[in-house]
Amino acid sequence: MTKGTVIQAEGLTKQFGDFIAVDHISFEVKKGEIFGFLGANGAGKTTAMRMLCGLSMPTSGKATVAGFDVYKENEAIKRSIGYMSQKFSLYEDLTVKENMRFYGGIYGKSDAFIKQKTAFILEHLKLEKEANLLVKSLPLGWKQKLAFSVAVFHEPEIVFLDEPTGGVDPVTRREFWSMIYEAADQGTTVFVTTHYMDEAEYCNRVSIMVDGRIEALDTTIALKKKYEADSMDEVFLKLARGAKRGE
Amino acid sequence: MSAVSISHIYKTYGKKKEVTALTDISFEVTKGELFGIIGPDGAGKTSLFRILTTLLLADKGEATVDGFDVVKDFKSIRKRVGYMPGKFSLYPDLTVEENLNFFATIFNTSIKEKLALSCALIHKPSVLFLDEPTTGVDAVSRKEFWGMLKSLKEQGITILVSTPYMDEASMCDRVALLQKGSIMAIDTPKAIVEAFAYDLWAVKAPAMLPLLRQLHQFDKIIRAYPSGVYHHVVVPKGFSEEILKEFLVASKIEGWELHKQEPNIEDCFMSLMTE
Repeated sequence: MTKGTVIQAEGLTKQFGDFIAVDHISFEVKKGEIFGFLGANGAGKTTAMRMLCGLSMPTSGKATVAGFDVYKENEAIKRSIGYMSQKFSLYEDLTVKENMRFYGGIYGKSDAFIKQKTAFILEHLKLEKEANLLVKSLPLGWKQKLAFSVAVFHEPEIVFLDEPTGGVDPVTRREFWSMIYEAADQGTTVFVTTHYMDEAEYCNRVSIMVDGRIEALDTTIALKKKYEADSMDEVFLKLARGAKRGE
Repeated sequence: MSAVSISHIYKTYGKKKEVTALTDISFEVTKGELFGIIGPDGAGKTSLFRILTTLLLADKGEATVDGFDVVKDFKSIRKRVGYMPGKFSLYPDLTVEENLNFFATIFNTSIKEKLALSCALIHKPSVLFLDEPTTGVDAVSRKEFWGMLKSLKEQGITILVSTPYMDEASMCDRVALLQKGSIMAIDTPKAIVEAFAYDLWAVKAPAMLPLLRQLHQFDKIIRAYPSGVYHHVVVPKGFSEEILKEFLVASKIEGWELHKQEPNIEDCFMSLMTE
């Protein structure tokens, strides 16, 4: 593994019976990188992500995440990563503060750490007044930003974001991306999936999965040049239109 | 006669009506029109669709679909419209196993099949209500889906479709921009863009984050935010290009590129949101 690499996959494969969901994918993600993981529905993104998060055992191939092996050290992986999805929600019947206390506790953080970190996040998100309100009473945009803060509460090396901005209003979507930028700026690696092609442009590099394989992987500038496209939308359409697999 | 006519609809939820879903919604959809309701989660899209498909009662106001009143003539409406709900909930009248089987089938079908199903349930519906059909769907399938809607429109079917993806607005004849239960604008996508009350500039540089931070410090502009490859900079109408250039030079931004930019629906939505 080269220095500064936080995710390394080599020939990573997952098969369900005859169906090869993820077909020998190989790639590296560097520390502090914002890595966009794109692909059509059913291309195998979720399965690949589940393997990298230590939630699903690969059929074959190799992968390390935060230096831990996906086969043998999946518990260590879970402790080193954060995860947030569009569907993943905070506990609606707990207050803002209680949610942070809960996640800090799950990751075995000390009381002092939790206290200090909670104060920091509340100030940062300007949620001090809402600290003791139930999460369900918060506007959606705030919940989304809070969910991200909770996903990185234990200061993981890598955070996996599965369509984090789906359905969110355009202003909140930008605010959310500023949070991603800041996290990456501080050295957190961000692994993100999205269906918004303008968001692909905010990533340092993107990969595009088609039928279980990584068909393209590069910076957005290089990909647009290679596929003679004006936008990432066009690159995506050119690649994903060749897919044999349906949804 | 309009295919859909909505007049001063209000809807709240909760014992004390503490949650406002829709406030004073009025609009008309012409026969054969492809009409888009554009708005993020929580804007009130689903409440509106459920009222029009007679599944939910409004607190106040009136609405007709194909000339039939949504309250008095709900049976007639149910016979002639197609409805594709966005988020499925469980059916209380089915057993747990039946629910599991039903949803296993639904989730395995693509949006194209779901659309076909929504049409097939009623023979040639007069109005088709599609609530967030493309949410969470990839760009390729979304394009194909809009192609299908175009051909349904050609058959004379009126279509009301909701979406949180602002770029899909351009596929509609007319759109309503919905935010927090209120309509911020309602017009053709072209007219909405033309009504943008500011000038818009696009700027990029090799280092985009420092550029954005600098722009956020610049008090002569209205706002700046990332938009794909560029940052969009909203300024008052007639704002001088020279002032922007001087700022970029003074900020020591290297390799910048600046041009006047036509706003898109998202730019319009954001401006209307913050007004």
